[in-house]
Amino acid sequence: ESGLPSPGSPWLLSPLTLRIVAECPVTKARACDLVLPHCTVNTPVFMPVGTQGTLKGITVDQLESLGCQICLGNTYHLGMRPGPELIEKANGLHGFMKWKNNLLTDSGGFQMVSLVELSEVTEEGVKFKSPYDGKEILLSPEKSISIQNSLGSDIMMQLDDVVSSTVTGPRVEEAMHRSIRWLDRCIAANKNPDKQNLFAIIQGGLNAELRKICLEEMTQRDVPGFAIGGLSGGEEKDDFWRMVTLSTDHLPREKPRYLMGVGYAVDLVVCVALGCDMFDCVFPTRTARFGSALVPWGSLQVKQKQYAKDFQPIDPDCQCPTCKRHSRAYLHALFKTDTAAMHHVTVHNIAYQLTLMRSVRQSIVEGRFPEFIRTFMKRMFPSSEQYPGWAVDALASVNITLD
Amino acid sequence: MKLELSRVVQGGCRLGVLKGLGRSGQHSLEVPGCLLYTRCGTVPHLTQDTLHTLTNLPSVTQLTLSTIAEHQEVLEDFKDGFRKFAGLHDTVLYCSLHDPVTPCPAGHITNKTVSVWGSGGRIELTVAKFMALQRTVRPDWYQSMADGETWQSNTSRKRVRKSVDRTLAHLDECLLVHHKTQELQGVAVFGVVEGGDILEERVRSAKETAKRPVAGFCLDGLQTGSMDQALRIQLIAAVTKELPEGKPRLLQGVGRPDEVLACVEAGVDLFESFFPFQVTERGCALCFNFDITPDPERAVLEADEERDTAGETHENGELNLDDQMTSFEINLKDKRYQDDFRPLVEGCGCYCCRNHQRAYLHHLLVTNELLAGVLLMLHNTAHYLAFFGALREALAQDTLDLLKKKVLKEKCGQTKSKE
Repeated sequence: ESGLPSPGSPWLLSPLTLRIVAECPVTKARACDLVLPHCTVNTPVFMPVGTQGTLKGITVDQLESLGCQICLGNTYHLGMRPGPELIEKANGLHGFMKWKNNLLTDSGGFQMVSLVELSEVTEEGVKFKSPYDGKEILLSPEKSISIQNSLGSDIMMQLDDVVSSTVTGPRVEEAMHRSIRWLDRCIAANKNPDKQNLFAIIQGGLNAELRKICLEEMTQRDVPGFAIGGLSGGEEKDDFWRMVTLSTDHLPREKPRYLMGVGYAVDLVVCVALGCDMFDCVFPTRTARFGSALVPWGSLQVKQKQYAKDFQPIDPDCQCPTCKRHSRAYLHALFKTDTAAMHHVTVHNIAYQLTLMRSVRQSIVEGRFPEFIRTFMKRMFPSSEQYPGWAVDALASVNITLD
Repeated sequence: MKLELSRVVQGGCRLGVLKGLGRSGQHSLEVPGCLLYTRCGTVPHLTQDTLHTLTNLPSVTQLTLSTIAEHQEVLEDFKDGFRKFAGLHDTVLYCSLHDPVTPCPAGHITNKTVSVWGSGGRIELTVAKFMALQRTVRPDWYQSMADGETWQSNTSRKRVRKSVDRTLAHLDECLLVHHKTQELQGVAVFGVVEGGDILEERVRSAKETAKRPVAGFCLDGLQTGSMDQALRIQLIAAVTKELPEGKPRLLQGVGRPDEVLACVEAGVDLFESFFPFQVTERGCALCFNFDITPDPERAVLEADEERDTAGETHENGELNLDDQMTSFEINLKDKRYQDDFRPLVEGCGCYCCRNHQRAYLHHLLVTNELLAGVLLMLHNTAHYLAFFGALREALAQDTLDLLKKKVLKEKCGQTKSKE
């Protein structure tokens, strides 16, 4: 399943090959085939998040039937429970959860900072107290890669020094430089470069100069792909898109660009236009469990009273198993009784995200992505006055005018 | 509905097929057998996709008014019956009154009403409302309204007698309305036999109910926890003696394998399948062995497994048995399964056992993941249905004694591993 020999080791086949299938002549969008060890992934791609070795309530068969080619596992959670040794015994995370397609694991860095109290970042790594047994743990670049090597994911993320996008000042610069140093340590620590791809994560907060330095440095390293990190954390959207487009301007064309933590439909479409290929977000699956169904015109809160007697499916045009069989009214009723209601909406939301990306890709391949964007926005917003300002600006920056 | 019996053991178990089920009369259900337990039309945790990874599902789906009554207005607006509302295709719908898993708070029954508890609280049903519900749900088969609140251990004789009288009165009223209701033509009605733990009342209820033009009989107020197993069997045997041989007997509220075996011997044909759900909810997997096919090779193998810590099974008046683990299951939260890479049950063909291991289930349970419920429900249902299959086979081959020995003597964890 692997592609061309990797540079520097001609006898080793590279575990990642990017084939650019089409490029939008108007925007910076691309449609690619990303060849990974378990299967080829068509990009642009949305990757559902299966934090603890499962996609909340969905079997791997269901996920596969929806056409998912790659999903996420979480190093922090799985590193805690059940732990890397057990997963290794189970033939890696693929063997443990019986997932046939690709897996991407994050480094655990984000959870360190967002979930765990009193974590302390030093040059060594991130020190924190385990929530399960109170023991002090150090997550270093080496440790993170070691766990990810045990998990056996097709794409691993470097451990980065994560700083919230709302933080300013010297901490941002410190974190950016440290992330570069940690990238080098991660590269050195990777035991399986012929099977597992290590992606770098561009940091620098909302500071264009810092981002540029980071881009300059990291692109000198021989990694198969780059992620744009430190965004989608509560910063202003106006700042967000500018950092995204700055990053893609300075990332190599022939390597995939992964924008972390982005999953809202509008964000996906705009960031594809800005040159991103891969996305992940817990939002679609998390919001499903609260009864929120994603649709081309926004979302539907199926638990609300107004749907009690609504006998249409969530989306009459949707081909997912939920919409083919069930109505909003039935799901509304079922939410009062059984967990299966959540699973129905989860299936639908994943289908929505994957179908959206497939449509995006198809439109790029057929040379009509700009038209697709306009139609998409028209459907999503009742009137052009309601188009988010940042999206209008971002699209304008890549030659798309919305009427 | 027509019961064709192929075997009847003197004063006891019957083997056969219940035919002519559903509006078209095309469906059938083998007996002894179980119905498919659902909540609001959904097998707990399962979407239709995951449900249909199971083969040999019962042709009859059980709905309960406990989970449906609160949606009466919605169903009346929908106008097309519950089957269509729930997206159920090609299954026979049986509508019972109470959900066997959630016991009702006592003290709300009157001469004219019974109550069910939905997500929004108590819903009081008169026969008129009960029948209006049946008309809008449009099941293929339903039980008539009944007063079964005799399970508390100190129920007075007077109270038991009332439950029998009321239930008969409700039945008569239900039948009257039934015959006047266009939408219920061709739909089967079961009478409900009550009588608490008093033999004379049980016999009286059975005799009287049998006089009415019903398609079969529900045996109520005998649920697990309401009385001693021995007393239950005695009462069931006395009841079935009074019931016509050619009509099916459905026992409510009993699901444990040992109880099922004993009740089948006393003349019960049908059970509800809520037991796999209860096992699932406590994070356990059914694993009791019911395979009695002779295999000389296996007879030689030693069982090296440690005995699981099986819970004591309680009886006598304790109705809430949610957490009572039985000897028919293993507790997957137990540390010993952390690195056990075998399937839940070797040789089980369910989706869970074909794809996953005990260690994975253990992880899902420890991390409180929703998938645990899905996978366990699939396995527990498959195992339970296979048990009924083995039961029917044993009756056909006259090997019930062997089956009983196997199921009752062996505790989970002592199963000999197959080659």
